[in-house]
Amino acid sequence: MDILVCVKRVPTVGGKIAVTPDGQEVDTRMSGFTISPHEECAVEEAVQITERLGGTVSVLTLGPEAAIDQLRDALALGAGRAVLLETDGREFGPAATAAAIAAEVRSHGYDLVLLGNEASDTGDYQVGIRLAHALGWPVATGIKNLTTSADGAVARREYRGTEESYELPLPAVITVKEGINLPRYPSLPGRLRAKRAPVERSAPAWQPEGLRKQALRVPAVAGHQAVILGRGVDAVPELLRVLGELGVL
Amino acid sequence: MTSPGDAPARASAVVIGAGIVGNSLVHHLALLGWRDLVLVDKGPMPNPGGSTGHASNFIFPIEYSKMMFELTRDSTEQYRELGVFTQSGGIEVARTQARMHELRRRCSQAKAWGIPAELLSPGEVGKLVPYLDESVIGGGAHFPTVGVVDSLRAGTLMREQAQRSGTLAVLAGTEVHGISVAAGRVRAVATSAGEIETDNAVICCGVWSPRIARMAGARLALTPVVHQMISVGPITLFADTPGEISYPIVRDVDTNMYERQHGGDMEVGSYAHRPIIVPPDEIPSIEQSAASPTELPFTADDFDPQLAQALELMPDLLGDERAGIRYAINGLISMTPDGHPVLGELPEVRGLWSAAASWIKEGPGCGRAVAELMSGRVPTVDVHEADAARFYPHQRTVAHVRARACEGFNKMYGIVHPAEQWESERPVRVSPVQERERELGAVFFETAGWERPHWYASNSAVCDRYAGRLMERPAEWDSRWWSPIINAEHLAMRDACALVDLSAFAVLEISGPAALQAVQTLSVAQLNVAAGRVVYTSWLDDDGGFRADLTVMRLGEDRFRVVTGGATGMSDAAWVSGHLPPGAFLADLTSAWTTIGLWGPRARDVLASVTADDVSHDGFGFGTCREIEVGGVVVLASRISYVGELGWELHVPIEQGLRVWDTVWAAGRPQGLIPAGIGVYGTTGRLEKGYRAFGFELTQEYTLPEAGMTRPKVKEQPFIGKEAYLRQRAEPPCAVLCTLTVDSHASADGTLRYMLGGEPVLSPGGERLTDAKGRPSYVTSVGSAPSLGKHLLMAYLPAGHAVEGSTLAVEYLGDRYPVTVAVAGSRPLFDPSNERVRS
Repeated sequence: MDILVCVKRVPTVGGKIAVTPDGQEVDTRMSGFTISPHEECAVEEAVQITERLGGTVSVLTLGPEAAIDQLRDALALGAGRAVLLETDGREFGPAATAAAIAAEVRSHGYDLVLLGNEASDTGDYQVGIRLAHALGWPVATGIKNLTTSADGAVARREYRGTEESYELPLPAVITVKEGINLPRYPSLPGRLRAKRAPVERSAPAWQPEGLRKQALRVPAVAGHQAVILGRGVDAVPELLRVLGELGVL
Repeated sequence: MTSPGDAPARASAVVIGAGIVGNSLVHHLALLGWRDLVLVDKGPMPNPGGSTGHASNFIFPIEYSKMMFELTRDSTEQYRELGVFTQSGGIEVARTQARMHELRRRCSQAKAWGIPAELLSPGEVGKLVPYLDESVIGGGAHFPTVGVVDSLRAGTLMREQAQRSGTLAVLAGTEVHGISVAAGRVRAVATSAGEIETDNAVICCGVWSPRIARMAGARLALTPVVHQMISVGPITLFADTPGEISYPIVRDVDTNMYERQHGGDMEVGSYAHRPIIVPPDEIPSIEQSAASPTELPFTADDFDPQLAQALELMPDLLGDERAGIRYAINGLISMTPDGHPVLGELPEVRGLWSAAASWIKEGPGCGRAVAELMSGRVPTVDVHEADAARFYPHQRTVAHVRARACEGFNKMYGIVHPAEQWESERPVRVSPVQERERELGAVFFETAGWERPHWYASNSAVCDRYAGRLMERPAEWDSRWWSPIINAEHLAMRDACALVDLSAFAVLEISGPAALQAVQTLSVAQLNVAAGRVVYTSWLDDDGGFRADLTVMRLGEDRFRVVTGGATGMSDAAWVSGHLPPGAFLADLTSAWTTIGLWGPRARDVLASVTADDVSHDGFGFGTCREIEVGGVVVLASRISYVGELGWELHVPIEQGLRVWDTVWAAGRPQGLIPAGIGVYGTTGRLEKGYRAFGFELTQEYTLPEAGMTRPKVKEQPFIGKEAYLRQRAEPPCAVLCTLTVDSHASADGTLRYMLGGEPVLSPGGERLTDAKGRPSYVTSVGSAPSLGKHLLMAYLPAGHAVEGSTLAVEYLGDRYPVTVAVAGSRPLFDPSNERVRS
């Protein structure tokens, strides 16, 4: 089975997000970049499927040249091929992103495309659906349990306390959520393989879309307050009361 | 988290930073009787987010620097007492022949300090570390007392001990906003919990230290630098091992890496990547940090080359596909221009203390030392090399600190020759005669930023004259940063005379109505002498250890000029200014005066030919100074010598130095004058005369009687260390400074080897020598004595072994060499009656 996993280079953030002085970017000087937890799970899911059924995992990103770091991270986890759809630094909207990925899928041919449910920076929730639409493939989103065979996939998700189950013929597009699996860490040999692996590159054209970024603003968050329940054994009754209130006892 | 108003209004000291150093410091201050202490940190306890929180926490006891060894030893003992030390053993492995040589050197150094150490074959390393590929290495050095500590727990225990004694308030989650200074003294520390009035602010802020120092208007020579580390696991082999560590820590020093078991994981750390400097102001806040402020995102590209080398050494264990890189950081650590911590009061502001640039392995020791200094005590460990006042202004600039930190970073596990020179940030301080020196092919070494000729290539012609007497060193290591030209210059000086550029001297002037009282208080020697006298004296600390060793010229009723070594100039100036009585004033005249030395049997003839003033022995006696005219320049000539020859220090206004040099040069050349470098002045000339040097023989740990420098009488006036000195004189010294000669230089393979300093002195049977106070005998100074045809060593020997003519041994690079005690005491081997100096 040939699987494509799509990932996006996004800023790593701590508890407090800093924005560059021009308000256009998250300040990443001291925080760096990563991919979202959903996408980490998508990579892991693809690797597990091919470990079981055979086949290949390709990883794709649309972003600047520096996004090769994220491709190599995925290669270190077991992906075998990397594709960079290189941008000139301008942010692609979800429609243009889906179109660019669709072109790659058409030219290469895959049985399954996995994405994270949504990007952790822009949070558009659109690329998977638009991609499937462009390809004319079935799509399931928000998936937290996936069973795959050569014939098709069964994708499950929870929605308001009930479980929904979808049977999909292949090829298909599936967007997954964190929790579908426990992603592995890269091994040393994996990291070394990743370093040596070639990256296929192309440069899709940027297209204007309806949404345009004006500026970033960090919303005010409600302050947290720590309450000291007591010290030593004297704190135990109060601790029990609070735990009971939380329903964890 | 505190709120405004939570801070106490007053404190005896505000300690800023609750890492291993700050916690240790409040603990020791409490033990020393301090009350009303405050410990502030912007982060939460017990891990406020500094470098302590991400440290790999292992301790190798071996250090070439005695101070760093002692600080590490003291710290390890403190960790042991706190019950947070686990001994694991550690092995440094060698992949190259050069490294095997280095490991032999390290084992010999370990022997000098009394650290257990042994060389291992690859097979023996493999027995201790079964997952290591023996074929990659040529051997290893095993240090069985290596161990790991829980530094966060240690800090917590020490902090809580101070809290329990009721002396300490802890303000976690409290940001320091400013340090206010009035009349050059710390007055208060402003925090987010309120302002705290205090006389003492202590900077224990690791990588943030320069930022905090700047709040008080001080510059602290430290920069944060990235050290990369990854943690790989789960390691199958470690699954069933008890506790945190069961296998020795491996330092793969040729690749600048270490591998250290941490529970079920293997931590792999590197000092091999490009130096990555992070300015203190760019360290993210706690809230902005994904991990902690000092655990920055891992830059994999920098570490990737290391992975292959780690895999090479531990292929099965680290090559296991099931073991993942579970944690990877660019951890911030502190580095200084010379690699030593910054301890003590900062020179700019009274009451502003630094306990910074200390790593886990020396943290508790640094805490103790600074607590002792703050209490007006002589620190348990001699930390003068870490003196916060030691840096010259240029050494505290951002450019200098960064350049030296970058240069030092990749030397962390490097093979660093004891005389190795820095390459970056040079030249900074140049003598007025540098152009002449360049023309003469001077090979420049750096001291305190000064470029000093160590020898002159143009003197290679002089070598021919002394062929056969140059004591050439066949081994490359022994002759690195050395030249036989030094010995030729020495012999030519002894035969005729030499000109020596001594611009690097620090020149301090103490003046004012209380100037005499000031110098008397500082000096062991009598300074109430006639104007025009030059006095050689030691300065002692309260316990009678050496604080400085220098000369003082009395220039007038109220004016004294102190001439001291460039390396200690800033520390000495700080010592003076800390002891000035009202009515005495200190001026640093280093940049106003250059010093040109003229010594040798022809020195008088040369000087007489360029001055009309009387320079005869009767007219210009030894130990006097006077202004004379030399070629149209007024020169302060001082008739003393550190090389054992007739001659003068010529103190010249710096802009006229070139003229005086040229005048003397032209007159001297027909008389056989040659230029001589510091190789002669600092080593060969000095050793032949048995002259002691501060920092080598003269340290806090030894006394005037032990150094053989007792004078017949003790002056009546009080001076610092007098009571201790009187006690020391009354008892027989338990160690005696001796001069030794090497009886055979032949190594095990027959090569003639010449030791370079620091080596252990052993009994003929190879046993370590320690005196009744537990102090080991090691080589304090070493060098050629070309006039004697001997390689001379100085060492303190236990009184029972300080017997002239007795045979001992010195271990160098793993081989043992027979040596003889030539002098027990200070008698010079060359010209023992000092006729030349007084001729």
